[in-house]
Amino acid sequence: MSKIQQINRRDFVKLFGLASGGILLGCNLSSDKKEFIPQIEGVFTPNLFIHLEKNGNVTLIASRSEMGQGIRTSLASAIADEMEADWKYVSVKQATGNAKYGNQNTDGSRSVRTILEPMRKMGAAAKMMLITAAAKKWNIQKVDCKAENHFVINTLTNDKISFGNLVDEAKKIDVPLEETIQLKKVKDFKYIGKTLKSVDLKDFTHGTATYGIDVRIPNLKFAAIARCPVTFGTVKAVDTSDAEKTAGVEKVIELDRIVPPVGKFFGALGGVAVIANNTWSAFQGKLNLNIEWNYGENHAFNSEDFQKKLRKRVRQKGKLVIGSSGNINTAFTKSEKVIEATYQVPFLVHAPMEVPNATAWFQENKIEIWAPLQDPQTARAELAHFFEIPIKSITVNVTFLGGGFGRKSKSDFVVEAVALSKKINAPVQVVWTREDDIKHSFYHATSVQYLKGGLDNNGQVLGWLQRVGFPSIISSFKPMSDYASGLELNQGFTNNPYKISNFQLENIRAESNLRIGWLRSVVHIHSGFGNNSFVDELASTAKIDPVQLHLNLIGKDRVVKGKSKFPYDSKRMKEVLKSTAKMSNWGQSLPENHGIGVAIHYSFYSYVATAVEVSVNNGKVKVENVWTTIDCGLALNKDNIRNQLEGAAIFGMSIALYGKISTKEGAVEQNNFFDYQMTRIKDAPKIHVAIMDKMHEPPTGVGEPGVPVIAPAICNAIFNAIGKRVRSLPLIDEGMV
Amino acid sequence: MSKILSINGKSYTVDVQDDMPLLWAIRDIIGLTGTKFGCGVAQCGACSILIDGKLIKSCSMPVSYAVGKEIFTIEGSSENLEFLRQAWNDVNVPQCGYCQSGQLIAATSLLDTVQNPTDKDINDAMSGNICRCGTYTRIRKAIYKAVELKNQAT
Ligand code: FES
Ligand code: FES
Repeated sequence: MSKIQQINRRDFVKLFGLASGGILLGCNLSSDKKEFIPQIEGVFTPNLFIHLEKNGNVTLIASRSEMGQGIRTSLASAIADEMEADWKYVSVKQATGNAKYGNQNTDGSRSVRTILEPMRKMGAAAKMMLITAAAKKWNIQKVDCKAENHFVINTLTNDKISFGNLVDEAKKIDVPLEETIQLKKVKDFKYIGKTLKSVDLKDFTHGTATYGIDVRIPNLKFAAIARCPVTFGTVKAVDTSDAEKTAGVEKVIELDRIVPPVGKFFGALGGVAVIANNTWSAFQGKLNLNIEWNYGENHAFNSEDFQKKLRKRVRQKGKLVIGSSGNINTAFTKSEKVIEATYQVPFLVHAPMEVPNATAWFQENKIEIWAPLQDPQTARAELAHFFEIPIKSITVNVTFLGGGFGRKSKSDFVVEAVALSKKINAPVQVVWTREDDIKHSFYHATSVQYLKGGLDNNGQVLGWLQRVGFPSIISSFKPMSDYASGLELNQGFTNNPYKISNFQLENIRAESNLRIGWLRSVVHIHSGFGNNSFVDELASTAKIDPVQLHLNLIGKDRVVKGKSKFPYDSKRMKEVLKSTAKMSNWGQSLPENHGIGVAIHYSFYSYVATAVEVSVNNGKVKVENVWTTIDCGLALNKDNIRNQLEGAAIFGMSIALYGKISTKEGAVEQNNFFDYQMTRIKDAPKIHVAIMDKMHEPPTGVGEPGVPVIAPAICNAIFNAIGKRVRSLPLIDEGMV
Repeated sequence: MSKILSINGKSYTVDVQDDMPLLWAIRDIIGLTGTKFGCGVAQCGACSILIDGKLIKSCSMPVSYAVGKEIFTIEGSSENLEFLRQAWNDVNVPQCGYCQSGQLIAATSLLDTVQNPTDKDINDAMSGNICRCGTYTRIRKAIYKAVELKNQAT
C-alpha cells in the first residue's frame, strides 16, 4: 500500500478506488510509468493485466492462483470480452505475488465476486484506447469506429485494422478515466456467461503444466523434513548417522520451529531436514533418522476423548450468540412435539493431489521462491517478517496448484524452504510426503452440535435451539482462543436460510490441540450438516415432506441486508430448491432400498439445493444420483461452474463416506490414501447440475458452495431408504461403506 | 551404477541406485516432470506409466525393473493417447490438472486392451487413480468420447 500512496502523492497516475484494494488501471504516458507497468518496445500495455503484441497475440495476467477452479480462464475471458479480443489469440500468464495486482488471496470463493468488474474495466479501457488510436489513424471520430473480434472497424467505410497493427499508435493514447469507461450489456457478452474451455488444457493433457513440485532450477537440492508427530513438539536428540549414510543424502540439518507472531502468519513446525540430490533420497534419509522428541503439552490429546467431552458440553448451556431471537423456552412449552439430536463431524484434512512443496533460493539480501500458493502476498509478507529482508527483494512465483482446498493458503512449507536455503546457501525444494501432509496439516476442525426443535400440530417449527462447539481457526493465530469466532458462526449458523421466530444459538467451548485451518467451504460443512439433518428429522417427526418443510422454514419472500453488498434473498433460496426438486423428480416412487434426501445451503453468497439418491444394500451405501442447482448470480463460465459442482459433489462424498482424522497421544493416526480414503471413479454417482439464469445479478461464489449440502443430503437419503439416522460422520465408521 | 532407460523411444543413461523408484528417476534424474507424485505407495495413480505396454505405478517400481524395457509417459504420444487427449479437450475434463497425466495413461492402457469399454471396464481400469478435484464424471464421458472419435476415424 505504501507504494500506492506514494503514487498518489506524486500525482502522475490515475488510480482507481477499485473494490479489491486499488488495482492499478494504468497511468498517463509519462516516463515514470515504467516503474509500474513495464513498457516493452512493440507491445501495448494499457495496464498491468494486458499485453498486446504487434502480431496480435494478447497475454492476459491472472492475479489469482489456479488450483482447479478455472480462474485463469474465467478472469481472462472477462478481460477479452470487454476488449473485444479474439479468444484464439489469448494466452494467460500468472502474476507474481505483488501488491500492485491488488489482493491476490485465492480463498473464500471470492475471486470472481470481487475482481470481475475491475477486470472487465481493464479490458474495456484497452478497447477504448485501441479505438482512439484507430480513429486518429483514419482521422475520423471515435463514434464512427467499433471494435470487433480483434479488429477496429471504420463504420463509415467498413475498413478494418487489426489490434496488432494498432500497437504503436495505442501506446501513445492516454488511459481513460474510470468514470468514462462503459461496460458491455449482458446481451452483448461474447465470452462471459458462455462455455469456454480451460486455457490450460494443452498443458494439462501433455504433462507440461509446471506445478510447484515440477520446478527445476540449476543446482537444486531436495529436502524432506521429519516433524514431531505431536503438534509443536520439539527435537530432544537426533542420531543422524544412518540418514547421512543414505545414498544421495548430502546433509542433515535441525530446523527450529518458527513461531508466528500473535495475530498473523503461519510460521513453520521445525524438525530435522534431510538434504539430498533427489527427492527420493531425501525421503529415504528422513526414514533413516533416529529422533527422540519432546512431545510437549499436546501429547495428551486424544480426539475421541475430546469429542466425548464436546458431546457432554453441548448438553449444558453455552455462550449466547448475538442473532438469537424470540424465546425458545416459551416456544418449547407451547410445542406439541419437541425433538433433540446431536451431530458430529470429525477433523478433516485437505489432501490436495499435489503435496505441499516449495522451492526457495535465499541469496544475500534477496529471496526468490516458486510455490503453489493460494495467497502469495501473505507468503511474501511472512518471509519479509521472518527473514528480515525488504519486501521488494522477495520474488514470489506462483506455479500451478495441484489442488489447494485451503491448504495452500498456509505458507508454512514456503517458510521451511527459505529457512533451509538460507542454511545451506543453495536453492532447495522442500517436498512433503503424503504422510507429512496427512499428519502435519492445518486441520478442518471437528464439531459437535446439539439441536432441539419444537413443532406445533400443523408442523410449524416454533423453536430452534442450536449449541455448537468446534475448535476455532483463530486458535492458529491466537493461542487460547477457545470459542468459535463470530465470523465462523456467521457461516451458516447465525445466518441460516430460515426464518424461525424463536431461535437460539449457543457457542460451546472447544480448545484446540492441533493446528486448525480452513478447508473448502469451511464452517459451512458443520452448519450445512447440522441444519439440514435436523430439518429432515423435524420433517419426519411432523410427517411433512422435507422439501415442503424447507420451503416453510425459508418463509415468505424477504431480503436480508448484511454488511456486504450481497443481501440474502429468500426467494432465490426457494427457487433453487424448487429447481432441484423438479430436476430430481422429487416425490416419485423409488426402487426398493433406494432413498432420496435433500439439503439446501446459502454460502459465499450463493444459493444451493441438492438432492441425492442412494441405494443401501446389505447395509452398504451407494450414491446413485446427485442433482444440484446453484444460483451464483452472473454465471461467468458455465461449463466451469458445472465442473466445479460436479467436483464439489465428489469432494462432499469423500467427507460423508471416508473423511476422518483422529489422534492418539497427540499424533494423527492416519497415514496415506489407504486410511484417509477418497471417492474413486467406481463410487462416483451420476451428477446433474442446473445453473439459475441470473445474468443481471452480481457474481457470487462457485468453488465452495456445492460442498456443504452433500453429506447431509446423503444421510437424509439413507434415512429415506432404510430409516436409519446417521448423526456422526463418516459413514465408513458406521460400517456403511 | 549406470543403466540405460528407454522412455518414449529415447534412451537415457542414469546413474542411480537399483532400488530408486522409477518415478523419481524419471522426474528428478531425467527431468520429465509430467509423471506426478501423489502418495508414493501405489494408492493414487498420479505416477502411472506404461512399461512394455503394461500399466505400472512408477512410485512403487524400482528402476532396475525397467532396464531393457520400453517406458511410456505422458510426454509420449500414441494413437489412443491422442484420441484421449482430443476427448479430454472436448469434454473439458481437468480442474487442477495434477492427476490428469496419470488418468490419461491409465485410460490409454484401457483403450490399448479393450476396444469398446463398458462402465464396468472403466471402473476397473480407472479406480486406481484418485482425482481429488472430482472430475470422474468427465473422465468417464471423455473415455467414451475417445472411443467414438477413434471409431469415426477408422
Ligand atoms: S504416487 Fe504412485 S500411486 Fe500415488
Ligand atoms: S484434476 Fe485436480 S486432482 Fe484431478
